[in-house]
Amino acid sequence: MIAFLTRTRQRGRMDLTDWLAWGWAILGTLVVAIPVTWAVISSLKTEAEINSFPPALVPRAAQTITVEGQAKPLSVWVRKAPDGSEQTVALVRRIGLSATVVDPAKPAETFRVPVSELSQLKEFHLQWSNYTEPLKQFNFLRYLWNTVFVTVVATALTLFLNSLTAFALSKYRFAGRSAVFALILSTMMIPLSVIMVPAFMVIVGLNLADNLWGVILSTVSTPTGVFLLRQYMLTIPDDLIEAARVDAASEFRIYWRIVLPLCAPALAVLAIFSVIWRWNDFLWPLIVLSSPDNYTLQIGLNSLQGQFNVQWHYILAMTVVTLLPVTVVFLFLQKYITEGVASSGVK
Amino acid sequence: MSAPASVAPRGVARGERVGDGLDAVMRVVEAPMAALQRLIGVARMPYIFILPNMVLFTIFVFVPVGLAIAYAFTGGTNLLIWDRPYVGLENFKALLDCGNYLEPSTCRYNLFWTAVHNTWWYTLLNTLGTLFFALMTALVLNRLTWGRGFFRAVFFYPVLLSPVVVGLVWQWFLAREGLLNGFLTEWFDTRIIFLLEVGWSRAWVVYVSIWFHMGFYMLIILAGLQAIPRDIYEAAQIDGTSQWRQFWCLTLPLLMPNLLVVTVLLLIRSVQVFDEAWVLTNGGGPGTANTFIVQFIYQTAFSPDLRLYGLASAASVLMGIGLLILTLSQLWLAKKAEV
Repeated sequence: MIAFLTRTRQRGRMDLTDWLAWGWAILGTLVVAIPVTWAVISSLKTEAEINSFPPALVPRAAQTITVEGQAKPLSVWVRKAPDGSEQTVALVRRIGLSATVVDPAKPAETFRVPVSELSQLKEFHLQWSNYTEPLKQFNFLRYLWNTVFVTVVATALTLFLNSLTAFALSKYRFAGRSAVFALILSTMMIPLSVIMVPAFMVIVGLNLADNLWGVILSTVSTPTGVFLLRQYMLTIPDDLIEAARVDAASEFRIYWRIVLPLCAPALAVLAIFSVIWRWNDFLWPLIVLSSPDNYTLQIGLNSLQGQFNVQWHYILAMTVVTLLPVTVVFLFLQKYITEGVASSGVK
Repeated sequence: MSAPASVAPRGVARGERVGDGLDAVMRVVEAPMAALQRLIGVARMPYIFILPNMVLFTIFVFVPVGLAIAYAFTGGTNLLIWDRPYVGLENFKALLDCGNYLEPSTCRYNLFWTAVHNTWWYTLLNTLGTLFFALMTALVLNRLTWGRGFFRAVFFYPVLLSPVVVGLVWQWFLAREGLLNGFLTEWFDTRIIFLLEVGWSRAWVVYVSIWFHMGFYMLIILAGLQAIPRDIYEAAQIDGTSQWRQFWCLTLPLLMPNLLVVTVLLLIRSVQVFDEAWVLTNGGGPGTANTFIVQFIYQTAFSPDLRLYGLASAASVLMGIGLLILTLSQLWLAKKAEV
């Protein structure tokens, strides 16, 4: 069968290296997928399940049953009696090593059995409240809104201001043009980690500390954005611009009506990157934002981890919410993203 | 003459509301821009176009770069530069005051030197590890006759996640109650609290970094591989060259410029390790086993009980010098690769 399948291929049979290549690719896929999948599965478990060990591979929850004469629904257990017979019982209460149980069929009679004879019945269960609870309890909606605000505003400004700069750098000859371009590119060499302290002082000086605009404004101008758009605009013929000038269009109008629409593919790539950058930003918002009302998702998520003693069922649900938009964007646009990275070397 | 709002031609098939909203905003901008153009002339318009960006660059990059050096020569705990006393080389002296540079405990700021040591080992292992896995994966993907797009996407996916997400996902995977310990219990009847043991936690920080960023470097190497012309290999095959020799004598030399750039890029990024390691290890633990230079700078500057901005800036400047050397060598390599 395999010989038949591979014979049709031009390169001939699968040799050892081909098998190794496939092995590597498949193993690698598992290595990438398993931790993320595990987080997604765990985010749908109940608190009791998430703390139980060894972990179950599917989200489950204790089966419960309402028994006449009992106020609350009781958990269902299987009792294995010493004589080997099995019986389904509901647990009323548990004290030390013995438990009071009741047969659901005979709700009037409770009896005591050793805990060692019991094993709990669990059923498949998705705990969606892990996703809804944090919205009410921990300001999560606020973080979400802040992140969306920062991402949208910063991306819009990035596209507008960087394309304006790129337009000037690619379509005009003016004194100092190459110096300006070199200066902009040189900022690529200055990582945030080196200018952290003075950048924060500037933010404080501008009265933008603990303010979302402090996060937005400092990330708007990106050398990669200017570079990407300038390279693209260089390919737009100058004749178009000359023709528009003859028609007495203002320079800004030429930019807005002619150059920008023609740059749509490059703008789209920059927009995708900008959204992902701003959504994932961590160190800079961590420095600028100090009150929980202004936290973005990433900062909120990081602070929650330390704040309430590892409530993993909530943390994981919020982690999934945080990775979901990026994952969806990637699913639909993965071709543009991987090609954009491969061709421009930006991340 | 030029373009008041009322004579703006209706766009071609521009029915979308977002487009209309943008148009409305732009019409407001357009009129003053046209007026400005009449006032200063076409030749000066490009300066207006670059102005907003340059102002932002100046405020948030150029001014801080200058200030970073100024801060390094001042002391005290005031944030605003004009409130800070000049102390000369005091901060640098304090950081570099060391009995033996290989033994952090003999240094005045032993946390700094612990961070330097940790960063050095991390950089070495992360660079070699990422390079190996990225190269292998790129070679594998280049070889696959189908499914390449799928696997390329799979391997690249982690790159797009946020450091916080990566840190938390792996912290959960490695937790006491995590999946890995589940398997360990099942198969070997032991449990390891990975992130609380010095050796294990260091290994996992490197591993998670490779997992996180490998796809990016893989893409660059893959692009380099695909740029190698196919007929070279065909010629080699006719000559009966073995695949192993083809790799060592053709692929690797032709890929070398590409690999050098990737290596320097990796070094630059590794030195700045912070985000995912900080989240994964809950702030550099256990103890200071995973405290890196950027974390030292961040904590020295922004911990409420430290606020040693001068010392932090001095450390930044030292790191910046190292990064500058790496960056310049990258530019030099990139230029050499082009020729």
